[in-house]
Formats: sequence, structure tokens, C-alpha cells
Amino acid sequence: MTKDETRKLVIDIISDIAPDEDLSAVKPDVRLRDQLQLDSMDFLDIVMELRKRHGIEVPEADYMQLASLDSCADYLTPKFQAKA
Amino acid sequence: MKHARIVITGIGLTAPNGNTLAEFRRNLLAGVSGIKMTEVRYMGQWPAGLCTFDPLKHQKKKDVRIGTRAGSISIYCAREAIADAGIDLAARDKSRVGVYLGITEHGNVETENEVYNISLFKYDTKFWTHHHNPRTVANSPAGEVSLNLGTTGPAYTIGAACAAGNMGLIHATQMLRLGEVDLAICGGVSESPQTFGIFAGFKSQNALATHADPTKASRPFDKARNGIVISEGGAIYTLERLEDAQARGAKIYGEIAGYCVNSDATDYVLPNPERQAQCVRKALDNAGMTVDDIDIVNTHATSTPQGDIQECQAIAEVFKDRKEPTAINNTKSFIGHAMGAAGALELAGNLPSFDDLVVHPTINVDDLDPLCAIPGLVINQPRSVKRVDALLNNSFGMLGINSTLIIKRFRN
Repeated sequence: MTKDETRKLVIDIISDIAPDEDLSAVKPDVRLRDQLQLDSMDFLDIVMELRKRHGIEVPEADYMQLASLDSCADYLTPKFQAKA
Repeated sequence: MKHARIVITGIGLTAPNGNTLAEFRRNLLAGVSGIKMTEVRYMGQWPAGLCTFDPLKHQKKKDVRIGTRAGSISIYCAREAIADAGIDLAARDKSRVGVYLGITEHGNVETENEVYNISLFKYDTKFWTHHHNPRTVANSPAGEVSLNLGTTGPAYTIGAACAAGNMGLIHATQMLRLGEVDLAICGGVSESPQTFGIFAGFKSQNALATHADPTKASRPFDKARNGIVISEGGAIYTLERLEDAQARGAKIYGEIAGYCVNSDATDYVLPNPERQAQCVRKALDNAGMTVDDIDIVNTHATSTPQGDIQECQAIAEVFKDRKEPTAINNTKSFIGHAMGAAGALELAGNLPSFDDLVVHPTINVDDLDPLCAIPGLVINQPRSVKRVDALLNNSFGMLGINSTLIIKRFRN
């Protein structure tokens, strides 16, 4: 699993969580909440979908690691690799 | 005490056989059923009534995902009613707008879905959605409407089993008369066919309809009736005080003439024709009317063997002294039992009779049960009549709740 693949997996989840959003130009280094209509319940949805689809657990203390696509990639890629 | 006159100024609806009042009415006069075979979780194929409105007409995809089916039905109907009424919400004091929706139940669909969801994860509750509580609180459908419309007045549901559709209008009338709000968005909604529990419950009660042809499964008053067809739907009205409606030049569909809500206090599920008759009489008293003033009685009859007979007994008893039989019909024969939406939808299906002087029939009566053969039944074909000045709409529900609502032709 590469960081690019992780970014794509997260985008796939967000496309279901926020189906009205145009995700074609999401900036990977900018906070998701600053460029998309996402609230705290949506982030809980992202956490739930990571759990359901990929068996990845994100403890509450680490939620801030999901702030941007890049931080998601940094945080989640090792978790995916550990599962591989 | 002199009450303010309350009038209906807008209607939005979705039924298994129509997504507008015009389409619904056209199909009621043409004998077109909306019942189809539907896959029910764990139970296979059953006749049911599902609606085909487009939720995305008035909601974003994300709101549909987060909200409930009952919420989508409510929003669609509320928005259509407001548009029909020609009301510009943006120009109104939104704190003076009330949303009052009758429901049979709420939350079963969402709870069943989550139980099914965690069954895919060995019942580990960490997979249970955080959306469960806002989806299942009892005020959810009305709350979704207030969120969608941005109205800040009272928005809540009225739980009244299958008497609930009338209750939405009755409660709105009371709130308008109390001066609590200036505009009431009210009616009844149901998402019942999305849950297997209601099918399984009625089946265990031997009260779930079966028929090889789903369009013939709902057949009140017919000898071969064998139970309820479960349907979803909604009918939401805008109600206003007459002077407010006239001040803005509103179209007026009809006027609230009277109503009654009472309780059987006899059984959890079995109806009580004596209390039903009392409910109708009290509604007539409330309206200052007699049976001679009523031109159409829309029955609650759900196509169960016993319930239909008991309602017919109640109506026959109340109307026995009428000079000429009043026209009596049933809308569930087309759309099944839309539960919390039933009373509100069935009223909507009959309101156009003020204009066209036609009574829609009860379909699927191939062999009239003699125990239901009360004078005035309009069977299988629409009937033209000379006068439609008042409609009486019955809706009854479990735990013995009865509601009767009378609407009269508007005269200045």
C-alpha cells in the first residue's frame, strides 16, 4: 500500500460520505474541512467506513491525523501495510 | 366559544399510485392500483405500496444519506404543499410556522437496518452507526422538515397509530386557533414497508394480505379479503386561518368543519365499533352538522375480515336515519394501508370531489360481503353525485385510538 493508494481509498470513502461534493480538485495538503462541507458526524462516518471496509481502527485521540489527505496518508498507510 | 375558521390552502403528497394530487386523483377515478410485489427482508415477496417520488427534487444526496425515508417523504410532501399554496417562506416569520406530522411509528426501519448491519460483523456493536439516535427519535420526520425548510417554530410528530394522518390536521387546527402559529404544515407520513417487522407482525396476527395479483390484495368489503397491504406515503397540507389565507389571495381547497379523537379503552388491537360510532357522532356535533350534511364518508377499512365489518356496523348505525344514503368509499383498495399517512392521503384523494362532484370508488369488490353491504357504498366504478359539500374521513388505530375529520366546501 502506497500513500497515493491510501489517498485514493480515503477519497472513495468521502465520495460516499459527501456525495454532493466535487472531489476532483481536493488539495492533499489542505484540511478537508476547509475545502469540503464536512462536519464532525461526517468524520465519524469516515472512521466507521475505515473500520467496516478495511478493518482499520482510528482511536479518538488520533482523529486529528485525518485532517487532510496527506495527514491521512501519513497516518493510515503504515496501518494498511501492517495489515498486509 | 367562537373558533377561528381554518382552511386548507396547499397539498403535497406521494402515494403508491401518484406523486401529485392530480395524478393520484386521476388514478383513483381510473381504478389504477399502486400495489406491487415487493421483496421484504427475511420474508420474500409480498404485496406492498411503495412511492416513486424523487427525493433529490428537494434534498441533497448527503441529506438523503443521513436522514430517514420518512424524512424524505415528509420533505417532498411539505415542499410540494408550500409550492402548491403559493407561499413564499423566505418572506414569512419562520418562527410562526409549525410542522405537525402524524406517524404510526418511527425508528423501526433504522433500527432493523442497524441490527442487520451489525449481523454482518458478528453483532459487534462498534459497527452500529452514530446516526442511529437522530434517525430514530420520534420527532425525526418533522425535524427533518424544519431543517430542510429552515422553519424555527414548533416541529414535532403526533404518534397515533393509524389514526395519525387525521391527527396531523386536527392538531394543526388547534394550534392555529390557539394562535401558536400562523402557518401549519401538517398531515401524515409513513415509511412502513421499509421494515420487515410490520409485515411479520401482521402475518403472525393472520392479518397480512395475500393474493396472486398484488393489485387485488387490498380488497375492503369483499368476501375474499384476507388482510392488510402495507404501504408507505405521505400527504402534507398547508393550513391557515381564513383571514390570513384571504389576505394573500390563497386558493382554498376546503375548510375544517369539525373533528373528534377518542379512545376505545377495550383492547390492544381489536377495534370497538361503539367507540367508532361515538367518534363520528362527536365529530358531527363538533362541526354543528347532522348526517344529512355529509356527502362522502371515506372509510378506514383495512381489508381485514373483522375490522371492515365492525366499521360498517358503526357507520350504518350512525347514518341509519339519513334520508338518502351518503356515498361511502375506501381509498386503501388502491393504495393499501399507508399507516400514519393513511388518513391524510385518503382525505386528499377525496377533496377534488368538491370540484368534480365525483366519488371515487372502492375497487376489488368482486363479491360484496353481505355483512359490509351498507347503503351508499360506491363499488368499482366512480359515481357522479349532485352535491358534495362535506366529507367525513375516518382513521382508526391500534390501542384503540379513533379519529374523524370533517371537511366542508369553502363558502365565504
